[in-house]
Amino acid sequence: MIPPSFEYHRPSSVEEAVGLLSSLGSEAKILAGGHSLLPMMKLRFAEPEHLVDINRIPELKGVRVVGDNIIIGAMTSENAVIADPVLNEKVPLLPEAAKLIADPQVRNRGTIGGDIAHGDPANDHPALALACDAIMTIAGPNGTRQVPASEFFLGTYWTALEETDILTEITVKAFPQGAGYAYKKLKRKTGDWATAACAVVVALSGGSVSHIRITLTNLGPTALRAHDAESVLMGQSVNDDLIRQAAAKAMEICDPAEDLRGDAEYKTAMAGQMVQRAINEALAKVS
Amino acid sequence: MNAPVKTPEERKAELQGMGDSRLRKEDARFIQGKGQYCDDIKLPGMLHMDIVRSPVAHGRIKKINKDPAMAIPGVHAVLTADDLKPLNLHWMPTLAGDVAAVLADEKVHFQMQEVAIVIADDRYIAADAVEAVEVEYEELSVVIDPYKALEPDAPVLREDLAGKTEGAHGPRDHHNHIFTWEAGDKSAADDAFANAPVTVSQHMHYPRVHPCPLETCGCVASFDPVKGELTTWMTSQAPHVVRTVVSMLSGVPESKVRIISPDIGGGFGNKVGVYPGYVCAIVSSIVLGRPVKWSEDRMENISTTAFARDYHMDGHLAATEDGKILGLKVDVVADHGAFDACADPTKFPAGLFHICSGSYDIPAAHCSVKGVYTNKAPGGVAYRCSFRVTEAVYLIERMVDVLAQKLDMDKAEIRRKNFIRKEQFPYTSAFGFEYDSGDYHTALEKVLDAVDYDALRAEQEQKRSDPNCPTLMGIGLVTFTEIVGAGPSKICDILGVGMFDSCEIRIHPTGSAIARMGTITQGQGHQTTYAQIIASELGIPSEVIQVEEGDTSTAPYGLGTYGSRSTPVAGAAIAMAARKIHAKAKKIAAHLLEVAEGDLDWEIDRFKVRGNDEQFKTMADIAWAAYNQPPEGLEPGLEAVHYYDPPNFTYPFGIYLCVVDIDKGTGESSIRRFYALDDCGTRINPMIIDGQIHGGLTEGFAVAMGQQMPFDEQGNLMGNTLMDYFLPTAVETPTWETDYTVTPSPHHPIGAKGVAESPHVGSIPTFTSAVVDAFSHLGVTHIDMPHTAYRIWKKLKEEGVQL
Repeated sequence: MIPPSFEYHRPSSVEEAVGLLSSLGSEAKILAGGHSLLPMMKLRFAEPEHLVDINRIPELKGVRVVGDNIIIGAMTSENAVIADPVLNEKVPLLPEAAKLIADPQVRNRGTIGGDIAHGDPANDHPALALACDAIMTIAGPNGTRQVPASEFFLGTYWTALEETDILTEITVKAFPQGAGYAYKKLKRKTGDWATAACAVVVALSGGSVSHIRITLTNLGPTALRAHDAESVLMGQSVNDDLIRQAAAKAMEICDPAEDLRGDAEYKTAMAGQMVQRAINEALAKVS
Repeated sequence: MNAPVKTPEERKAELQGMGDSRLRKEDARFIQGKGQYCDDIKLPGMLHMDIVRSPVAHGRIKKINKDPAMAIPGVHAVLTADDLKPLNLHWMPTLAGDVAAVLADEKVHFQMQEVAIVIADDRYIAADAVEAVEVEYEELSVVIDPYKALEPDAPVLREDLAGKTEGAHGPRDHHNHIFTWEAGDKSAADDAFANAPVTVSQHMHYPRVHPCPLETCGCVASFDPVKGELTTWMTSQAPHVVRTVVSMLSGVPESKVRIISPDIGGGFGNKVGVYPGYVCAIVSSIVLGRPVKWSEDRMENISTTAFARDYHMDGHLAATEDGKILGLKVDVVADHGAFDACADPTKFPAGLFHICSGSYDIPAAHCSVKGVYTNKAPGGVAYRCSFRVTEAVYLIERMVDVLAQKLDMDKAEIRRKNFIRKEQFPYTSAFGFEYDSGDYHTALEKVLDAVDYDALRAEQEQKRSDPNCPTLMGIGLVTFTEIVGAGPSKICDILGVGMFDSCEIRIHPTGSAIARMGTITQGQGHQTTYAQIIASELGIPSEVIQVEEGDTSTAPYGLGTYGSRSTPVAGAAIAMAARKIHAKAKKIAAHLLEVAEGDLDWEIDRFKVRGNDEQFKTMADIAWAAYNQPPEGLEPGLEAVHYYDPPNFTYPFGIYLCVVDIDKGTGESSIRRFYALDDCGTRINPMIIDGQIHGGLTEGFAVAMGQQMPFDEQGNLMGNTLMDYFLPTAVETPTWETDYTVTPSPHHPIGAKGVAESPHVGSIPTFTSAVVDAFSHLGVTHIDMPHTAYRIWKKLKEEGVQL
């Protein structure tokens, strides 16, 4: 549990950080909260020669509102997400779901951007980003660009980020008026990743579903959006039977890896359970 | 103005003696981060050791190349079995009469086995050097299943034992067979079964688990080449025995070996044994003449230092049609791993497993335990229990439930019918144990009333009849008897040393005191509770009594702390040492008051002249006198030592009831209620007892609901981190309700029986009883642990239960 030696760099601006990544090349890794990277280094599964610590770059932290956009700095910690008044009012799914991530110590250092940029399908923010139609802002050697969450997650530990890129911001919009939301996460214990988890955002208009997002955590090589499950409910007046149908559709896209949490059959079944429970809870919150 | 005269009640309260919930003396330093653990020890010139471990579970070592590691600046040594051979330290004796490799000698027998050590200037260099040591293995067939290990053509695991047909505990009939140990009367048991109208059988596996103390194992060994003295700080639950073993292995006279157990962050049996890491650190310090530190990491701890359990059990009960048990038979296949390193009293290779007749009056009983080698790490320690008592209690409590189910009897009713009755104590069981005292019926009724058992059963009935109910409700009941306080030296020894324990008390001239003990606290709160015993015995306030343990150069010899033996054995030694002082104090008091001893009465903190409350001497007065004006013919000073050899074990008991609600959709269990009544005899500190019970129940919850060390067919231990190995946090831990009755031990000086392990031993089968009860209407009689959501979900599916 002792990492090999490495060089430590602590840039004070995004520009400086991108410059370091460009000059150090593929042996450099960004250190955000460190709760995925450092355990891997201690186990010597990851042996980067350079760590670029972006914790001291002030502009990467905090939540601000610009017009319709709610912009979350990538280095905003989970605890800061939980406490943020704007997110609690406008995108309450994010703070509520963040409470289910790991434990208080991890949430104190772990960041929303690190959780997303790691590309681990077991992390919670990718599915939440899909459910919130988030836009990722990426700084690289050629300036900044924006990538929607739906195009960001490419595979396990594989995202739209290049080696010399830094995820700087996550932009979301306020939920539709009166929308309900839920994140149901089945886990073995505090601190564990999800055996299966589901995020739902739903809004009704005249009793029928006018907006719906159903996304899944740790049930495939990336976070998944269950489009067919959404289609089952869209425009409908929801009942138990439709919810079961939606869950069945969501289960069809699951391709989870077997591990000590369970085999694929169990995890897929649990996906169905989480989808049903998340839809019910989200509907109960619709106002 | 004279100070107001205190009432006897006020004086008694000021002592904070037995029965007082005084706050723990230990906590001030722990909650401020001021504990001194092994890893806090830093000595000038100290080097660091790390261990090269085997990636394969069974293999022949073809070649070890140390050169790349030795080439790293700051590396002092790389040692293998070949380097230890000239010292004859490449193998070491185990507590169970076997030998264990210190460093793998030609073969590795389990994954993560110690193959080589490196000594370096710091921990980082040591870790780099471990990675640089090149070891070539030829992989051999792996045996994980103990039943397969006993097949005729199973791979030979222990080539060092080739041709050895006699083991430490009798004949070996197969190359992977360690021992077969029996207790009870087989023919009487067979007769009982032959004539019984009803018999039931159940196979069950008690999974391999790990005690997983928060602090892992480690040591700092410091050999002074000038003085020829070896001092070692070590995470040990038994420092005195370790000193004896180290002296025997190293040849350093025992008088020049000093073992110090500093603050210990939990033991739970994990810190009883002597591990290769300790031996290698000590050897390295002797060879290099510098202090050497070894601290294992979490994965090393879970993977290699002392697992617990792993018993495959077949239980059988014979009974009458109305549920009176006539006979018990048990057959166990015990997976001991690669070396038999179980920590048990020498004569008992299956510990005290033959307490498996439990709280019941069973006329005929027999058990047989077969120990087997497999390609897993050695161990088999008593994880928060007396030796194999957890397995025994699990077996009998499950079997009584199975019998009740077969007879369609309520599980409380069948227990009432079979309990040893209060008037039968002292009661000799079919296995020969003499149960000292108990009152099971009273305790059971108290629990059933407290939870309104009939209402719970009615609720369960109602839920079962509602197909839309999202949960299955189960009620678990366990009525266990423990056996602790090992033990009488006529039958209990460790490496030939009788399992007594000891106490030395010195009263200082100004009336404060120090007590030194052969035990060692690891969280039990000895520094708090031991002082309370002395306070009550001698009338000295607890606050001015220091308790010291763990340093073999200052403490009297004792066998250490495990198996709930501290209060039953060392606690008795305290009382007896105090009574020696009390007797001398009485002589001094008589001298000072110029009366005969027979004219004195003891009252709380003083001797008074009978019939005259004004004429008295307090223990403080007497202490002063002991150092300046002792009676003629009496030695000065006021101190005593007592070595207590218990006449019998003690037999704490408890009645536990658990209500579980199982989510039909996910298999998750919610422990709605857990009611634990414990009878540990005389209660010294109720707050600490509650803490012990909460801790034991939480560890029991962990074992029953999640802990497990799963292996794949190649012998890889899957899940040796705390991500997978279940240590519940406050979030998962149920709310505990505690209760008690008091049935003092008749043979113990203060009537105390020990309590720390009862909640672990008793709670585990309670959870299983509750989970199985949730399925019992479907005909399910048993479900093996751990009761994880995944495993329960599979059971729900198998039984066709759907949300």
